Amino acid sequence: MFKFDELTHFWVYLSASPLLGLTVTLCAYVFAQWVYARCGFSPLANPVAIAIALVSLVLAASGMSYQRYFAGAQFVHFLLGPATVALAVPLARQMPRLRRSLFPLACALLSGCVTAIVSAVGIAVLMGASPELARSLGPKSATTPIAMAVSEHLGGVPALTAVLVIGTGIFGAVTARFLMNALRIDSHAARGLALGVASHGIGTARAFQVSPEMGAYAGLGMGINGVLTALLAPWLVPLLLRWMGQ
Amino acid sequence: MLLAFAVLLVFQCLGEGLVFLLHLPVPGPVAGMLLLLVALCAFPRLYDIVEAGANELLRHLSLLFVPAGVGIIVAAASGSGHWLAICAAVVGSTLLTLAVTALVLRALTPVRKNGEGADV
Repeated sequence: MFKFDELTHFWVYLSASPLLGLTVTLCAYVFAQWVYARCGFSPLANPVAIAIALVSLVLAASGMSYQRYFAGAQFVHFLLGPATVALAVPLARQMPRLRRSLFPLACALLSGCVTAIVSAVGIAVLMGASPELARSLGPKSATTPIAMAVSEHLGGVPALTAVLVIGTGIFGAVTARFLMNALRIDSHAARGLALGVASHGIGTARAFQVSPEMGAYAGLGMGINGVLTALLAPWLVPLLLRWMGQ
Repeated sequence: MLLAFAVLLVFQCLGEGLVFLLHLPVPGPVAGMLLLLVALCAFPRLYDIVEAGANELLRHLSLLFVPAGVGIIVAAASGSGHWLAICAAVVGSTLLTLAVTALVLRALTPVRKNGEGADV
């Protein structure tokens, strides 16, 4: 006979091992990919957003703490490092083309980076946000580790910045196609670069699902925007806040 | 595949080392990416080793954001004020950044008929 007590013991055993977190993550992702494919790879069915929502629901329903979950999921999380390094490969493949359009690319990257920082801080201050919130918003288009470090340096809240970074990534990946269609921008290079600059890794993941070329430009946009944000935000954000009387 | 993964990890370590030694304001993996880019341009034979593995990893880039994303949703659910200002800033700034980046690149790129029918 099956005893409830034994089931509880089994659950305690299972949720203490990394197995469960890893299984939930992979299953949620596989399901999200299936939904994404069923929706004809529409950007509205963003697999990152669906998988995050699913895992959050499972955690809320089962009462598993995030720390327990992450004990398993950290193995997936760890791969972000080597995956970032791997972006060099599609980028190197595009090198001959990149060299030919070095000047347009540099201008687009610089103006995109400045727009991301200035508009985020500007809109937040105009909407009555506190200077602390504005500082947390400044680096929101950079990749998470850079954004959190810059936020801390500026006197923002790094944990809040992390939330904003993921939100920005998903929002950009979901809306880019519609905005680009409206602006009649159809080159893979321009669409990819914009996705990488505005929406870092999540935008880049979306771009790779469309074409390797778009992915390469997105990887370039993400990488260079990260470096530029780390260099520009520490003096641009305080300057802007002072200028706006904060 | 395994060799490719080893190469990626070695370059990540090199990147971490460079950042640590020179006190650079970028994360180690980003420095590692730039180092691998230089290495690939200098030694094209490296493609045979890393390309297949790297592309396989990048095909599932979305998956790698899930664990951090869940943590962030858990943190966000615990609450903070100013949601209107936050949403307006994220939405407005993301759209502006997308548009400015793409428009500047298009404006400065000589007109050439390629990449038509793109679909982000």
